[in-house]
Amino acid sequence: MANAAEDSSIYYVPHSGWYPVVLAAGVMLMLTGLASWLNAAKAGDPTNLTQTLVGFGMVSVVLYFWFAKVIAENQQGLANAALKKSYVWGMGWFIFSEVMFFAAFFGALFYARVLAVSWLGGEGDKAFTGDYLWPDFEAAWPVMNNPDPELFPNPGESMASPGISNWLSYLPFWNTAILLSSSVTVHFAHTAIKEKNRAKLKAWLGITVLLGIIFLVLQVEEYIHAYQELGLTMGSGIYGSTFFILTGFHGFHVTLGTVILLVQFLRALKGHFSEEDCFGFEAASWYWHFVDVVWVGLFVFVYLL
Amino acid sequence: MSEVIHADHHDEHDAHDHGPEKGLARWLFTTNHKDIGTLYLWFSFLMFMVGGVMALIIRTELFEPGLQFVDPEFFNQMTTNHGLIMVFGAIMPAFVGLANWLVPMQVGAPDMALPRMNNLSFWILPFAFGIMISTLFMEGGGPNFGWTFYAPLSTTYAPDSVTFFIFAVHMMGASSIMGSINIIATILNMRAPGMTLMKMPLFIWTWLITAYLLLAVMPVLAGAVTMMLFDIHFDTSFFNAAGGGDPVMFQHIFWFFGHPEVYIMILPAFGIVSHIIPAFARKPLFGYDSMVYAVASIAFLSFIVWAHHMFTVGMPLAGQLFFMYSTMLIAVPTGVKVFNWISTMWKGSMTFETPMLFAIAFVVLFTIGGFSGLMLAITPADYQYHDTYFVVAHFHYVLVPGALFSIIAAVYFWFPKWTGRMYDEGLGKIHFWLSFIGVNITFFPQHFSGLAGMPRRIPDYALQFADFNMLSSVGAFIFGFSQVFFIFVIIHGIRSGKPATARPWEGARGLEWTLPSPAPYHSFTHPPKVTDEEAHA
Repeated sequence: MANAAEDSSIYYVPHSGWYPVVLAAGVMLMLTGLASWLNAAKAGDPTNLTQTLVGFGMVSVVLYFWFAKVIAENQQGLANAALKKSYVWGMGWFIFSEVMFFAAFFGALFYARVLAVSWLGGEGDKAFTGDYLWPDFEAAWPVMNNPDPELFPNPGESMASPGISNWLSYLPFWNTAILLSSSVTVHFAHTAIKEKNRAKLKAWLGITVLLGIIFLVLQVEEYIHAYQELGLTMGSGIYGSTFFILTGFHGFHVTLGTVILLVQFLRALKGHFSEEDCFGFEAASWYWHFVDVVWVGLFVFVYLL
Repeated sequence: MSEVIHADHHDEHDAHDHGPEKGLARWLFTTNHKDIGTLYLWFSFLMFMVGGVMALIIRTELFEPGLQFVDPEFFNQMTTNHGLIMVFGAIMPAFVGLANWLVPMQVGAPDMALPRMNNLSFWILPFAFGIMISTLFMEGGGPNFGWTFYAPLSTTYAPDSVTFFIFAVHMMGASSIMGSINIIATILNMRAPGMTLMKMPLFIWTWLITAYLLLAVMPVLAGAVTMMLFDIHFDTSFFNAAGGGDPVMFQHIFWFFGHPEVYIMILPAFGIVSHIIPAFARKPLFGYDSMVYAVASIAFLSFIVWAHHMFTVGMPLAGQLFFMYSTMLIAVPTGVKVFNWISTMWKGSMTFETPMLFAIAFVVLFTIGGFSGLMLAITPADYQYHDTYFVVAHFHYVLVPGALFSIIAAVYFWFPKWTGRMYDEGLGKIHFWLSFIGVNITFFPQHFSGLAGMPRRIPDYALQFADFNMLSSVGAFIFGFSQVFFIFVIIHGIRSGKPATARPWEGARGLEWTLPSPAPYHSFTHPPKVTDEEAHA
């Protein structure tokens, strides 16, 4: 029988393996450990992260072997064009599901901002809630005075844009610039693969990873600033809630994207990727562009408007 | 590991013809779509039994008015977990199991597109449900806030185990998303040459569209439970008006997931019935194209009707009108489908083997569920029906004689292809009639008690509902035990059924019937030719 890679009528079906079931067990250990930890922390009991870390370790180890295996199979010529197309479909629709995950949080932001807060402020069919419970509450966005400041202390200041003339001292502006340019640099790295220019590939990919790390450092900086100087926390009402869940999950995805790009960088150092065969790189760059687009949405709806 | 050796020997050895491993390793490590399909189906049956026991505990308590059997707190945990386990543990995995078995065979592929991920999607589920069921034994009890877990019942007032519940939902969502990606990649990328989109069997079409629904809404559910987690543990106020949030927002987000979820559980059923009715009417499906468009329309509409679940929560009038009319629109494509099934049977040479009986019962009883759905869509009427047993009757009619009957019909229909043996027709018919009678005795009286005002999710009720409830409980036990009988019919068929031919139903069409029974371990090592004869059953 012909080589799987050459005969397009044969689809590569891998042998059975232990990765999936161990990964599932690792996920279970990690999440149940985290749940116990959260519950203990909430109750004020002594907390212990060991189980979570063991689970996380299992997940990481399995993912390492799993991806290494897929790469090795590809290098042996087992992955034919049809399988690569399946990867493309898979990554594409995975990113779509991620878009929907963020859609839930953006939806919460719009609902709270447009409907819930104005109803609480006395508008529309549901005005009674506000009138009876918190007659003094006035609708505004960002919500700087919560309906019940005893339960949810008011934020000191918001993250709203200080006006375009002051953007040079506005950290989210710099983060936008960094992330947008990192989308360009990762594109340059792709061009380098097509031009078979290894040095250029490594340089641009390395710069992209660096930009990702800088973004994350600045984001941490912003959070520290929010918590320590602005008095803006996750507990300061709906503004803080939406702000931190949106930017937080975005930051988490940037972290993932940076790790993925770093792996591609290390692979580039080992001489992987050619013009016809660079799916790992392409998938990473699509993910990176997705993270970038989400940030643009964040910058517009969370910071500017 | 044998896979390493395999990679070195692929030149002399076809990449596909490796058989199953021995013993437990086969099931733990498998990458084979049939093995994984089998795992899904047995797992879903196990969950069906667990959820069924919970249903019977509920019906036992409701057999008579008054509190006699379980305490109300436990009753709430039973209603909650019965719903969650049946939806996420029984119906959905059963359809994924059927997809695993049938999609590669029906599109002419050797296996699913991403076999290792396929194994992962399955093995996440036992762990996720292990977590969920373990919450029942935790301090403070398991989830008790209804399967819809509305905030603030599921946040401020929830038992501590809700954190575990949240992570279990995350895991189920991850499993569904990976399963959907796999199904989409298989259908779009691995069809045999000549099988154009409009020649695909309807089960393939319905699952393709279902997979898109899953991809679009499971992440939204993940977002909803994540916000719950943050409200519980990180002081946020998404669902707390004191911080400017809104508990009603939870309902919107939940039902944005929840309504498409309803169609996730019924579209593959439409596909199954569209295979079985033509096979036993010995006529091609009437209106294939309109069936495809109807499914696509239903899927689209499912995204713009969600707030009909919450008419009584207090919505602006414009919202109520919009969601009422958009909901009623769904009756149009659904009507097209029912019309087509009936037209397929019209003047057909019909025979009534077990799969056909379940399929016809599906058409009749699902339509009853559809009609009660139309009644519920009328906003002012819904003010009366909301949260009564009428709603319970409605969604059980679409889910039990709807989704579940289609799954049972599918099991009987493809059983010969899976096992190489025939089930016993007499036993199958007994199973059908017991189920059919049981399901109607259980759920039909609930229409009446609901219209008379009996609220759902309450362990006690007023005396005037006593007769209907007693009837319901008797029906529930008939139905429950007839599903235990189902397992007997299946095992009897596997062990001592007569050998089946490649095409045991003379009217059945489709690529899977061109394979021998039982189907080979890898379905099509080389893509088959799609003849007009075998194109869309």
